[in-house]
Amino acid sequence: MVKDRRLVKTINFEDPKYVGDPINAVKIFNDKEVDELVVLDINASKVNSTIDFELLKDFASECFMPLAYGGGVKNLSDFKKLFNLGIEKIIINTLIFDNPETLKLAAQKFGSQSVVASIDVVKDRNGDFQIFSHSGRNSDMGFSDFLKYVETLNVGEVLITSVDREGTWSGFDENLIRLVNSQVSIPVIANGGCGSPSHLTSILYHTGVQAAAIGSMAVYQKKDMGVLIRFPKRDSIIIDE
Amino acid sequence: MIAIVDYGLGNLASIKNMFKHIGVKNVIVTSDSREIANASKIILPGVGAFDTGMSNLLNLNLIDILNQKALIEKVPFLGICLGMQLMTSGSEEGLLEGLGWFNAKAVKFIPEPGLKVPHMGWNYVNPIGKNDIFLTANKKYRFYFVHSYYVQCEEAEDVLYVANYGQNFHAAICKENIYGMQFHPEKSLHYGMDILMKFSEI
Repeated sequence: MVKDRRLVKTINFEDPKYVGDPINAVKIFNDKEVDELVVLDINASKVNSTIDFELLKDFASECFMPLAYGGGVKNLSDFKKLFNLGIEKIIINTLIFDNPETLKLAAQKFGSQSVVASIDVVKDRNGDFQIFSHSGRNSDMGFSDFLKYVETLNVGEVLITSVDREGTWSGFDENLIRLVNSQVSIPVIANGGCGSPSHLTSILYHTGVQAAAIGSMAVYQKKDMGVLIRFPKRDSIIIDE
Repeated sequence: MIAIVDYGLGNLASIKNMFKHIGVKNVIVTSDSREIANASKIILPGVGAFDTGMSNLLNLNLIDILNQKALIEKVPFLGICLGMQLMTSGSEEGLLEGLGWFNAKAVKFIPEPGLKVPHMGWNYVNPIGKNDIFLTANKKYRFYFVHSYYVQCEEAEDVLYVANYGQNFHAAICKENIYGMQFHPEKSLHYGMDILMKFSEI
């Protein structure tokens, strides 16, 4: 997560804390053999500000693994500029609500494998899953209907974040992930709550998802401890390669 | 000078950046046939649809110079992803003919339960060809793939690496000076850097 060119980390999407220089982090992630890097500009999406193309150009020039970017992407020109910088995938959230037609067009034009729909989920008082929107936009649809609707927009993957688990190190919300994976036919990326390599092993092998993301585990030594840019070793997660 | 062909498709910046990172100088990105004519090595990148790729090359009048450099001057040539597929005789994805440098065609992955298309993600390769010059011995190599179509070579000796996604497919091909790689070295960390470094040293 990036805010004003600084690398930050949140808990339940609140209270961003500074964890370092983003470009420095990329260099370390290269060495640690990160599979794919997701950069979310949390300001660009909230405050209706512009995409920091300059920062992303620097990012892309140091990133030798697939790079995905999200935050404030509004029109086809944004998509094109970002792909030209060397970004592989674009992550959209607000656009799903604001302009689904543009989203559909972008997926058609650039290929659905280059567009990822990011959906943030909270549990309501009844324990049911609800869509959480940063921008205050919302959907009248039920949770499952919304998932199926997003798939009709031609996106290639869905990034599902449990807001309740995000930044908590308590493990992924496996029920949420399993539910989402059963509702869509496109690859699902689980996000929010990972606290250990065993959480990753569990989510990848027990829910059938294609991918899982970590946040806190990449920037802190341990829960409630200081900043350290890191990444778990592959063989602590993957069984039998 | 290494020329990365700009025909409107592909990860040009990433390839150039990786060369820069590993210290290879004199790399240009160009759509100018005169600059391509001066190149001692050529990279044909590409992400996107087969017919878009071929028609862009045709519209930019690049086919002749590419044939000249690859088949007559026989400079080292590397096709990446769509670039590799364009070097075949054609693709199920499109109607146009390919460059025809390999007796091969591109066919579609058939999705099945547990096998989503496109093949997108990291995968290991098996170097079965006798002519590999890129990979360090005793190191297991994995690369980043993203493709819905894969190449089938008719000649076994043209196959350099095999990867598996539901079935074995030809992940890299080679014929004399011409190499094709389905994966993206420019997005494959130090594994990809080995490829580009060795290519620059040919």
